[in-house]
Amino acid sequence: MNPAIDTRDLSFAYKDRGVLHAVSLSVEKGEMVGILGPNGSGKTTLLRVLSAVLDAQGEIKLNGRNIATYGRRELSKLFAVVAQESHVNFPYTVAEIVLMGRASYHSPFALEGKKDLAVARASMELTDCLSLSDRYLHELSGGEKQRVMIARALAQEPEILLLDEPSAFLDLKHQVQVFELLRRLNRERVLTIVGALHDLNLAALFFSRLVMLREGKIYRDGSPREVLTEKTIDEVYGIRVRVEPDPSGEKPQLFICPSS
Amino acid sequence: MKVLDRRRMILVNGVLLALLALSVVGCALLGPVRLDLSQALQDIFSANPDAEILFRARLPRILLGVAIGGGMAACGVVLQALLGNPLACPQMLGVSGGASLGGILGLILFPHWLLPIAGGLLGEISWVPLAAFLGALLSMMLVYRFSLFHGRLHPYHLLLSGVIFNSFVAAVIMFLNSIVDFYQAQGLLFWLMGSLSTRAYLTVAFIWAYIIVGFLWLWAKGLSLNLITLGEEAAMQLGVETVALQRQIFVASSLMIGAMVSVSGMIGFVGLMIPHVVRLIVGSDHRLLLPASFLAGGIFLCWADTLARILLAPAELPVGIITAFFGGPFFLFLLYREGSRKLAL
Repeated sequence: MNPAIDTRDLSFAYKDRGVLHAVSLSVEKGEMVGILGPNGSGKTTLLRVLSAVLDAQGEIKLNGRNIATYGRRELSKLFAVVAQESHVNFPYTVAEIVLMGRASYHSPFALEGKKDLAVARASMELTDCLSLSDRYLHELSGGEKQRVMIARALAQEPEILLLDEPSAFLDLKHQVQVFELLRRLNRERVLTIVGALHDLNLAALFFSRLVMLREGKIYRDGSPREVLTEKTIDEVYGIRVRVEPDPSGEKPQLFICPSS
Repeated sequence: MKVLDRRRMILVNGVLLALLALSVVGCALLGPVRLDLSQALQDIFSANPDAEILFRARLPRILLGVAIGGGMAACGVVLQALLGNPLACPQMLGVSGGASLGGILGLILFPHWLLPIAGGLLGEISWVPLAAFLGALLSMMLVYRFSLFHGRLHPYHLLLSGVIFNSFVAAVIMFLNSIVDFYQAQGLLFWLMGSLSTRAYLTVAFIWAYIIVGFLWLWAKGLSLNLITLGEEAAMQLGVETVALQRQIFVASSLMIGAMVSVSGMIGFVGLMIPHVVRLIVGSDHRLLLPASFLAGGIFLCWADTLARILLAPAELPVGIITAFFGGPFFLFLLYREGSRKLAL
């Protein structure tokens, strides 16, 4: 079977500033991959390249087919993207926002049909935001908004979910909720998930495979135990940490050791 | 879960269409001269002063006003969506300035350009709307080009370069106005001020044609317009071919703005105010917002122009004064409210 995502030697530069250098990454169907790395290491750029909003050099194959052969409508049924933060300047209700995930499924001249409404409703139920459906998006808290955005992504019925630091602006409780939801979706729906992540400890707890980027290159790729070592963290982030097993004894957790 | 359905589409547009029809009839009966409708309709084809006033003076003007009010409002809706900014309007993008310049160049260089319809049997129609359309389109492309970085449209730059372009074009127009001879300058000024005053039905029909084509084109993009308000990349990820969409919006709205500017200049605030009011009532789904704004804009300008005709009768006020009188305070109120809600900008 072809991998869900398969990239060969992806390189990308803004003007003359290189951001990605020969990134080759293969993600199997149903995998849950966390992309780690310090600010500016290319995490977000990699996701933007994967979702075809940026053109990079190199090759990207989705389900064995070159990404350039997909149209945007087709691509939006395969991929859904949850951004770090979404600005919506217009007064849309939650239901309207979630239904936008169905845009590629119905005729551009028609209103949403029964199927679209049913999928949107199910997505909202799954992310626990059905009760918000008639509220305006801009009235919601950061955590609620992020759940709505995930609901919209699910309404796209994608095979692959891309997330860019989905929990960056959330408090601890909502962070954990988002990660638990992602894990559930991954297990129950065999959804392939690729997420750029900030919090190394949460990444270690919820993601089975981690990819560490450093200056636009893949520095380590493997299980949390293989990637999150004291040596790697020192080399990539330049800080000293101690790595200890979590209470279950299976996942590594980082403890920061301030220099003074 | 409340969503846009067919019933709501029909209800809202039906009510607005009925209001528009009432407004057209009502405004046709209002004016400095009292009209006797039965008298006017009795004997349309013989020399009949009531029929003359109704069918020659008022009705074409009202029909033109409806088209222009609707067109302005629709363009406002679309440009606001494109910029992701509910406070944008055609004047801000340099389009109207470009359209004026195009029209003026047409007037100066080819003053006798007239396109005969049906071999001249049905009269002649001016090329000016076409020149204004080209001016609008070229200026939009120029402003667009200067707001494009790494292949992405930056709304903030688009607004700024549009405003700057508009002032630049205003200077060019003043310059042109000073170098042409006196009679031509009179003509240009008259054209620039614009008014809805009496036009031949043929002209009115052609302006309607431009506006209807542009409007239907944009309406067909209603769903994509919803998505583009979320920003260019979000729209791409939801399946919109954004570059193609932007180009189509430019061409279609230039078509409308060119036609509107060529008869009436830019009538301020309609494109800003109407979409806002309509959005408050019917929501932000462009599949409904666009036609509803068109109809509401038509209703609004119909009444604004009627006020302009009768307030100081027999003298006439430029309709822009009426719209600015409502629009200026409204805009400030909006800015204040948006500021306090931390929405937009």
